[in-house]
Amino acid sequence: MARKLLLEHINVSGINTFDVYRSKGGYASVEKALKTMSPDDVVEEVKKSGLRGRGGAGFPTGMKWSFLAKPEGVARYLVCNADESEPGTFKDRYLMTHIPHLLIEGMIVSSFALGAKTSYIYVRGEMMPQIRILERAIAEAKNAGFLGKNILGTGYDLELYVQPGGGAYICGEETALLESLEGKRGNPRIKPPFPAIAGLYGCPTVVNNVESIAAVVPIINEGGEEYTKIGVGRSTGTKLISAGGNIKNPGVFEIELGLPVEEFLYSDEYCGGIANGKRLKAVVAGGSSVPILPANLFLKTINNEPRLMSYESLADGGFVSGTMMGSGGFIAFDEDQCIVRNTWNFTRFYHHESCGQCSPCREGTGWMEKVLHRLEHGHGKMSDMDLLVDVSKKIEGNTICPLGDAAAWPVASAIRHFRDEFEWHVTNASEAVSRNYGLAHYADPLPKKEETPA
Amino acid sequence: MLRVDEAQAPVEFSPELISKFDDIVSRYPKGKQKSALLPILHLVQAEFGWVSPIAMDKVAEYLSIQHIEVYEVASFYSMYFLRPQGKFVLEVCRTGPCCLVGAEKIMDYIEEKLGVKEGEVTADGLFSWRGVECLAACGFGPVLQIGPEYTFYENLTPNSVDKLIAELKAKGHN
Repeated sequence: MARKLLLEHINVSGINTFDVYRSKGGYASVEKALKTMSPDDVVEEVKKSGLRGRGGAGFPTGMKWSFLAKPEGVARYLVCNADESEPGTFKDRYLMTHIPHLLIEGMIVSSFALGAKTSYIYVRGEMMPQIRILERAIAEAKNAGFLGKNILGTGYDLELYVQPGGGAYICGEETALLESLEGKRGNPRIKPPFPAIAGLYGCPTVVNNVESIAAVVPIINEGGEEYTKIGVGRSTGTKLISAGGNIKNPGVFEIELGLPVEEFLYSDEYCGGIANGKRLKAVVAGGSSVPILPANLFLKTINNEPRLMSYESLADGGFVSGTMMGSGGFIAFDEDQCIVRNTWNFTRFYHHESCGQCSPCREGTGWMEKVLHRLEHGHGKMSDMDLLVDVSKKIEGNTICPLGDAAAWPVASAIRHFRDEFEWHVTNASEAVSRNYGLAHYADPLPKKEETPA
Repeated sequence: MLRVDEAQAPVEFSPELISKFDDIVSRYPKGKQKSALLPILHLVQAEFGWVSPIAMDKVAEYLSIQHIEVYEVASFYSMYFLRPQGKFVLEVCRTGPCCLVGAEKIMDYIEEKLGVKEGEVTADGLFSWRGVECLAACGFGPVLQIGPEYTFYENLTPNSVDKLIAELKAKGHN
């Protein structure tokens, strides 16, 4: 049985309340950190743990913390990024709904480590129910002396507030999030300066994902060293995976990093295989921004090794035959799904969500959407595929923030791996609007346990 | 186009609403009250059903910021309605993962059932609907949400949509 560090008590009735959470050992890390450790000790443990940012970029959290500037007399801020909007990802919603105190506990310990006296949890505005849940949890924690003035008599003061967003994917980018928290449009800032130097209100700021902050709790409780014993190589610890699409058991799973992809996808403990007796055609492993892979390349790397759920193994093969862990938004496509239609859908999403600051992204996403729309609706040309790759290349790397890359990669990878399906949409235009291309040669390479009924 | 009578409808912030504004402003350092803009616009929309030009001007005056600073924010974020909506706005997720499990069919069904196109209001003023981007509930699609509390309805089927609309109708006529 895999170890669970975040969701161990998720099924305990009443775990969303302070009393039950506390009775299961909750807030022990606050006592340990505030009473027996210095802020630098906490940072050191997180560094040792090898924890990598769970929001998508995978940057080591402890290292990010160590960059924080600490000028005398200037406030420092910790801001939690709960703007979860990456298509395919719903782990933070799940965590905040069911075990909100884990996030509050992590926020207290992390704020202490960074020397923040005021911290904010920026939650996407659509998650109003989760905002209510967090506000109630904060009130409970404050009532019990874990927030406010002189926490547990240690002299450490912390106020924690929840801030709603207004509905904008771009605010998941940390500098756009800070702009939004300042009451402005979510236009990402030019870096440098990085938020660690000049973030919220121009003060040194750390922005961390919900799951990263929650992971600080077991790291402090058990020690950074213990945390590294779970996982494989530089992918330490556990990771929440949001699994959706055409699988039997959609939901949020906590996995030990390094779990074989095949086990994750087909075992009943996790996804339970493909729904309705269909076969797997493709997977987007880490949220809509990461390259899509056909089933045959997803389950095994190009060198025919089994692929694992780890940062390194998912990226094995680079952009030629690999993908990325991203935010852990796992989307499975069965044999009936149309890759062209899905690529058009994703591109429409990025066009809608582009903030409009940088021309390559603002214009490029719109043109890709138009070209994909005509391909999907039977008016495409053979030259469209090269045109799409050309546009995507002109966006990638040419924008202030990574939304441009996030919009370019799904298009480039879909054409790289499914070019014949795109071409079929041109050569068989009338057929393409009434039926799907099907599984073709993309099927997973595993021996079938049972024959698919005809 | 916004009708003149809609655009000029008077807006009055009640003392209760103002005290909620004050509470939000107290969360930020002195002089950083502009941070309260997004949460305040949510409260205004919850109260009036949309964010009218007059309401935006009053928010600007309350926060001591320029009117344009409110307009540019209200028009940037997708959750704020800049024109009147139905009493219940059904916002259906239309992004990839939900489409894999039938979101497009659900949107067609809602359009047929309500008899209005995306963005339009039903004749009785009760309903409008629109497609929105990923709501971070991809394992439970198709999904829709209804403000101002953004209640969630998951794993939608034509039957569950029928039931929901019937319930809302009963609620709306009371």
